[in-house]
Amino acid sequence: MTVAPFPTPLLKTNDLLQRDYAAPRDRFDSAWEATLSTLLGLGRAAGADFVEFFLERNNYISCQAEDDAITSLSPRLVTGAGVRVFLGKADCYVSTNDLTFNGLKAALDKALAIMGLTLPGPHTNLAEINLELLRDYATAKGKDAWLSQCSSMQEMGDVLLAANGALGQKASHVQSRRAVYFRDWQEVLVAASDGTFARDIRLTQSVGYNLLCADGEHRSSIGQRAGDTSDPAFLRNWDYATAAADVAESAGKMLYADYVESGSYPVIMANKFGGVIFHEACGHLLETTQIERGTTPFIDKKGQKIAHENLTAWDEGISPDAFGTIDMDDEGMPAQRTLLIENGVLKNFLSDRAGSMRTGHPRTGSGRRQGFTYAAASRMRNTYIAPGDYSVEELFASVEKGIYCKQMGGGSVGPTGQFNFAVSEAYLIENGQITKPLKGATLIGEATEIMDKISMCSNDLDLAAGFCGSISGSIYVTVGQPHLKVDSITVGGR
Amino acid sequence: MPTIQDIATYAESSAKKLGIVKYDVYGSSVDETSVQVDKGDPKQVKASNRSSVIVRVWNPDGKVGVTSTSDVDPLGMDLALKTAQEASAFGVDDHIPDFSPEAVAPTADVQVETVPPAPVGDLVSTLIDVEKQLLAAHPAIASVPYNGLAQRAIDRFYLNSAGALRQEARSYTSLYLYSKTEQEGRKPRSAGAMRVNRGLPLLDIEGCLKEATEKTISHLDYDKVASGKYRVVFSGEAFLSLLGAFSNMYNAQSILDNRSLSTADSLGTVVASPLLSVYDDALHPENVSAETFDGEGTPTRRVPIIEQGVLTQFLHSAGTAKRMGATPTGHASIGAKVSVSPSYYQVLPGAEASSEFNLETAENVIFIDDLQALHAGVNALQGSFSLPFDGWLVNGGSRTSIESATVAGDFRELLKAIVHVEPEAEITPGGLCPRIWVDALSITGEG
Repeated sequence: MTVAPFPTPLLKTNDLLQRDYAAPRDRFDSAWEATLSTLLGLGRAAGADFVEFFLERNNYISCQAEDDAITSLSPRLVTGAGVRVFLGKADCYVSTNDLTFNGLKAALDKALAIMGLTLPGPHTNLAEINLELLRDYATAKGKDAWLSQCSSMQEMGDVLLAANGALGQKASHVQSRRAVYFRDWQEVLVAASDGTFARDIRLTQSVGYNLLCADGEHRSSIGQRAGDTSDPAFLRNWDYATAAADVAESAGKMLYADYVESGSYPVIMANKFGGVIFHEACGHLLETTQIERGTTPFIDKKGQKIAHENLTAWDEGISPDAFGTIDMDDEGMPAQRTLLIENGVLKNFLSDRAGSMRTGHPRTGSGRRQGFTYAAASRMRNTYIAPGDYSVEELFASVEKGIYCKQMGGGSVGPTGQFNFAVSEAYLIENGQITKPLKGATLIGEATEIMDKISMCSNDLDLAAGFCGSISGSIYVTVGQPHLKVDSITVGGR
Repeated sequence: MPTIQDIATYAESSAKKLGIVKYDVYGSSVDETSVQVDKGDPKQVKASNRSSVIVRVWNPDGKVGVTSTSDVDPLGMDLALKTAQEASAFGVDDHIPDFSPEAVAPTADVQVETVPPAPVGDLVSTLIDVEKQLLAAHPAIASVPYNGLAQRAIDRFYLNSAGALRQEARSYTSLYLYSKTEQEGRKPRSAGAMRVNRGLPLLDIEGCLKEATEKTISHLDYDKVASGKYRVVFSGEAFLSLLGAFSNMYNAQSILDNRSLSTADSLGTVVASPLLSVYDDALHPENVSAETFDGEGTPTRRVPIIEQGVLTQFLHSAGTAKRMGATPTGHASIGAKVSVSPSYYQVLPGAEASSEFNLETAENVIFIDDLQALHAGVNALQGSFSLPFDGWLVNGGSRTSIESATVAGDFRELLKAIVHVEPEAEITPGGLCPRIWVDALSITGEG
């Protein structure tokens, strides 16, 4: 009697050529499980300690109205993937446009080679990675139809032209007026050798104005944006009449403003985008990326007082519709609310996977990236200072001579903790009253010093949409705060 | 990845299928690798191989639609052309873009050497060695938190349905080192340097290391600076970064959009001190990223922007040139709205000067090495700036690093307040520029 050889239940690497690993390019779902679990298994068999794939499909469109014409309608279609390989605490990230099995395998092979590893030989038993049942935030939260529910090209043009018309009616001395909108639809799939398998759809939209007014040598330019992360009807519901009135009023006030006189002043920062001060002066320094580099003065300050006892601050990814809200981060971890500072005491850092591995601080669902060409890094989401007990009136009443920073421009923080940010709309405060508009102000200081000077927080917390550029690209974030008072800050001017 | 000929074939085939008669495509394929290190070990290595194209489609009414995509296979090109065709219904009615009249004109005969990529292991070991040398250069240098060695190979092309087809290949390698100091009782200080060349063997690693070391050490002895008006000396790099931030002044598209410090009538007017002459020259031999054609296929060339203080010429796309009765200058990037941007500046050196304008002998001048946060502190439409900087207070050749300060002013006034242009130009990644001396700028010191 002859006994047929018992077929091995194990997958051998040379079987890969016979297998059909075709997965749909136009949808990331559980049909990708076989492809990704096999590739992850190959990576682990090669000796990698950890392997992660990030797949992305992106359908982006921007539209711009200038004066009374649509001057730009720009769609962009992107597909790509990145593979990250860890060996010890070192890692390598390789990205590609090629989402075929062989394309992804080539990217993996390159990443492994860079780390000094090689794919297993042709007759090696291959342990595929057991992925969790797909955690599909898109389907679970009804996001699959979002793209089709968004404004059409025709509607984008109609809304922006109407909005720009409204701005033209509200503003005077107009040199140029723009209404701009973008919609960024992104589908992502994350699979990792620890079994992570998760999918999400993000819909980020932003609309706003940019107004330039001129009268002789006097000029003012004011920008304003609103943002949203989950409402397909966001553009059609935009209250552009109110936004136009606000922008026109600000531009009118700033047109004849004097330049600020440089010096050291008490400053009242407005709520909403005033929160950029905390984002730049402290938020970035609480990312584990900064701990890894040794570029944060707060590196060993967990549990210690780093700010005024009236200051409590959060970073979270769960506020409905906020610009930095995410159901999962770009490493497949559900978003959470992270207490950063409580009554002046540092409570937590923001950590991604690599940051957690290298610094020991637990992951906080903060691994974020612009797209597939970037490895995820610890980044902020919705970051804000909690409301305090004072009224706005009490803050103003406490200032004899100072500056009211109503609208902030951008800012940055350097490797030694020095920060700076521009003020796009400012006013002089004299004896508790706003007396005249000022322009050309830049606020500079040291993160460690400014945090102890935020002495009063009002009770009117509000959030604003923003963009943050850093190591893993440009991402959508929220900044926020109530009105707050900084006892003293250096104001650069003329 | 498909070749450029493949992409041209896909585009032609899809266009025919979709009934598209007129189209053009600009695209590039990039292969890049970068490494970072941390205290002797590789920290992160990144590699990427990707392509992207922008397609423009003219519909039967003559209106244009645009789409960009990273999917350059037949399916992706098909979808991109179809989406662009859909978008063309909403194209502009006035000043509709057209092919550049120079899209088939001969380009400059420039021989640019491309260097094969170095093995990743060589990049890592080189950077580890450089980091080690920088850490050993001075006891106060405690870390090099920002460092990177990257190499990139780019193939770029332009083609259109009228038969234009251009392509060229380039390679670059760049090194940046940004070190940080730690001293008991002193604030941490930092400084850095960067070099770019066509390949690792050509890279001035020693020069980068030396510059990063010297700059970092020079900031150890720091002090506050009193606020006030100062004579300021800009390094070539600092001046070019400011010039670039206000490029709307000579950008024809910005002028046509009413978003410029100039108007169409500004040509021929005095905008700067007669000491200043500025050219844009994409083909300059020092420009490692020299490109012979722009995004519309127009050949690049040397353009005089400011000559002896007089605004001489604007930078143009094909469309702005047509509207303003000028010649395209090779500065266009195609998109839903064609944009214009500079390539590589050349600020002409000035003359030898008296001791008044010598950093070894001048008294109480601020030497600005590097301007920061230009994205936040420049209001390009108002002409104003207020920027933090790295620099020194210089007195008779003695330099004291400035702890933290901003420089503020109006760019148009700054150009007219230039009192000296030094005779030797610095070579920077953005262009050639000597040190520029400017009178009476506002400096705000912290505290």
